[in-house]
Amino acid sequence: MGKKLLLQHINEPGIQTFEVYRKMGGYASVEKALKTMKPDDVTEEVKKSGLRGRGGAGFPAGMKWSFIDKKSEKPRYLVCNADESEPGTFKDRYLMEKIPHALIEGMITSSYALGAKTSYIYIRGEYMYIVRILEKAIEEAYANGFLGKNILGTDYSLELYVHPGAGAYICGEETALLESLEGKRGNPRLKPPFPAIAGLYACPTVVNNVETIAAVVPIINNGGDEYAKIGIGKSTGTKLISASGHINKPGVYEIELGLPVEEFIYSEEYCGGIWKGRKLKAVVAGGSSVPILPTNLILTTAKGEPRLMTYESLSDGGFATGTMLGSGGFIVMDETASIVENLYTFARFYHHESCGQCSPCREGTGWMEKILHRIEEGRGSMKDIDLLADIAKHIEGNTICPLGDAAAWPVSSAIRHFRQEFEDHIKLQRCPLSR
Amino acid sequence: MSLVKVTIDNIEVETEPGTTILQAARKIGGKGVPPAMCFYTSLEGSGGKCRTCLVKVTRGSDKDPRPMPKLVPSCRTVVQDGMVVQNITSPEVLQARRAITGFLLLNHPLDCPICDQAGECYLQDLSYDHGLAETQTIEERRTFVPIDIGDKIKLHMTRCILCYRCVMVADQLTGQRVHGVLNRGDHCEISTFITRAIDNDFSGNMIDVCPVGALTDRTFRFSSRVWLTKPFDAYRDCHKCSGKTVLWMKNDQILRVTGRKDKYGELESFICNDCRFEQKNVEDWVIEGPRIIERHSVISQNHYEQM
Repeated sequence: MGKKLLLQHINEPGIQTFEVYRKMGGYASVEKALKTMKPDDVTEEVKKSGLRGRGGAGFPAGMKWSFIDKKSEKPRYLVCNADESEPGTFKDRYLMEKIPHALIEGMITSSYALGAKTSYIYIRGEYMYIVRILEKAIEEAYANGFLGKNILGTDYSLELYVHPGAGAYICGEETALLESLEGKRGNPRLKPPFPAIAGLYACPTVVNNVETIAAVVPIINNGGDEYAKIGIGKSTGTKLISASGHINKPGVYEIELGLPVEEFIYSEEYCGGIWKGRKLKAVVAGGSSVPILPTNLILTTAKGEPRLMTYESLSDGGFATGTMLGSGGFIVMDETASIVENLYTFARFYHHESCGQCSPCREGTGWMEKILHRIEEGRGSMKDIDLLADIAKHIEGNTICPLGDAAAWPVSSAIRHFRQEFEDHIKLQRCPLSR
Repeated sequence: MSLVKVTIDNIEVETEPGTTILQAARKIGGKGVPPAMCFYTSLEGSGGKCRTCLVKVTRGSDKDPRPMPKLVPSCRTVVQDGMVVQNITSPEVLQARRAITGFLLLNHPLDCPICDQAGECYLQDLSYDHGLAETQTIEERRTFVPIDIGDKIKLHMTRCILCYRCVMVADQLTGQRVHGVLNRGDHCEISTFITRAIDNDFSGNMIDVCPVGALTDRTFRFSSRVWLTKPFDAYRDCHKCSGKTVLWMKNDQILRVTGRKDKYGELESFICNDCRFEQKNVEDWVIEGPRIIERHSVISQNHYEQM
């Protein structure tokens, strides 16, 4: 059994309530931080832990915190990014739904470290029922003196708000999220300036994913060094993986980083193997945006070493033979899955979700969707494949925000690894795998 | 403050700190100036959207000589001392620009033969310079339900490239903005939401800032091709604006009044609707003389032989 830091009490009856959560040792990190540590000490522990952003980019959290402009006289904000919209990713929903207080505890401790007096949880509008769960939990935290004025009798005060979005994937991009939180159209901002200098209301702001903030709790409780002992190299700690697709046991699993991919897919503790006794065909390892990999490349790297669930191992070989850990949305496809059909679904999603601010993404996503639709329906031509690859190449890196990259990577990787399947669609003039 | 040195396409130039790469390139002038479809100097927050002005920074600065990992929008990237930039000397930049021109034209109706903007359209110029000769798409082009935004301005949403300039004009120049961008992605639409007229003293400037034919002058609609009219600098005493305009004339007739644009299509000063739409008699104006159009475009033909 791997170590559990976030989900260890998940099956405790009533863990949603303050009372049970507190009894299981909850809010200890707040007590420890506020009573025995200076804010910078908390940041230092997070730095020591090697915790990396769990939203997708994997940027070291402690370093992000240390960028916040402390010389500025403006108020500072911590914003939790709970706009989990990446297809294939549902870990934050699980965490917030089952243990809402873990997020709130993390928010208090992290806000203290950053010197934020007001913090926000920006949650996607589709999670309306979780908004209610969080609001109830926040109410309980206020009632028990963990939020509001003079928390635990110290001179630290914090107001915490939940803000639901209105249903846009793009609002998970941190600057678009801030625009939306300010009440504007959710268009990503041009960077620089980064949010650490000018974020929410042009004040220094840190935006962190739900899981990142929740991970601060065990880091403060046990110490950053202890957390860093889990995992391999620069991939420390545990990670929530949303496993979906053609596996026997889909669900959210907390893994120790460094677990071999093969073990994750086939062991009974996790996914339990491919369903119906079929063979593995491909895996999208980190949410729909990351490159898709065929069986041989997901289980072992190009060098022949076993592929591990770490930031480094999954990206070994670059995009030519590797992928990314991303947000941990682990989508498994068996031998009956059509890569083209799946890609068309992704392309439709990115077309629908493009904000339309910059031209490569606005026009390119729709174009790719139309071409993929044509190929999937058997109306494609051979030169469409190269055209698709060309469009993806010119969106990538040329847009304001990473949505353009997210739309381009699945396309270019599918063509790179499964070109034959595209050609089969065109030759047969239909999907060779459709039901 | 001392000046910063920046090298663009092997030409060195000194500029004020805080200048963008685009402004530095304009200081050099000539062919090395990146095209800009959405940036507009006098509109705060403009730029960065169309991506036509992307350039390659091969050396960040003297302090940090590392190259920038991606192409950057020159209109919003501030120069650093010792920065080295490649624009037309970089095949990568030219390739990206060709692709972006393709993206901008993907859903464009290409109705130049009946578009009033033709001849002074920046998308036309861009596609002459960077576009492919043949279309790559066989897809049906996107269309919109046409809306009426008043008797002075004609909106053709199909031609729009979503530069947001007109939105910024309304935000920064007029009392209240009644139009904006609705919807998302390639369904984005300039609209007044509930169809209503855009009616205020300075709304006409939306036409001048529009780089394409999405917003055109209704009082000039289908009157003439722009290159068959002759531009004259003129002014009148106006209590609302500077009164400095350009009259576009055919014989003795004023067909159109616009603000005075520089070679990058930017207005020297914004003008009011009174000057733009209501003063179409020659007696209303003091004519200063022919306006030389510096832009490399069909409107720089300047047919003055009869004057």
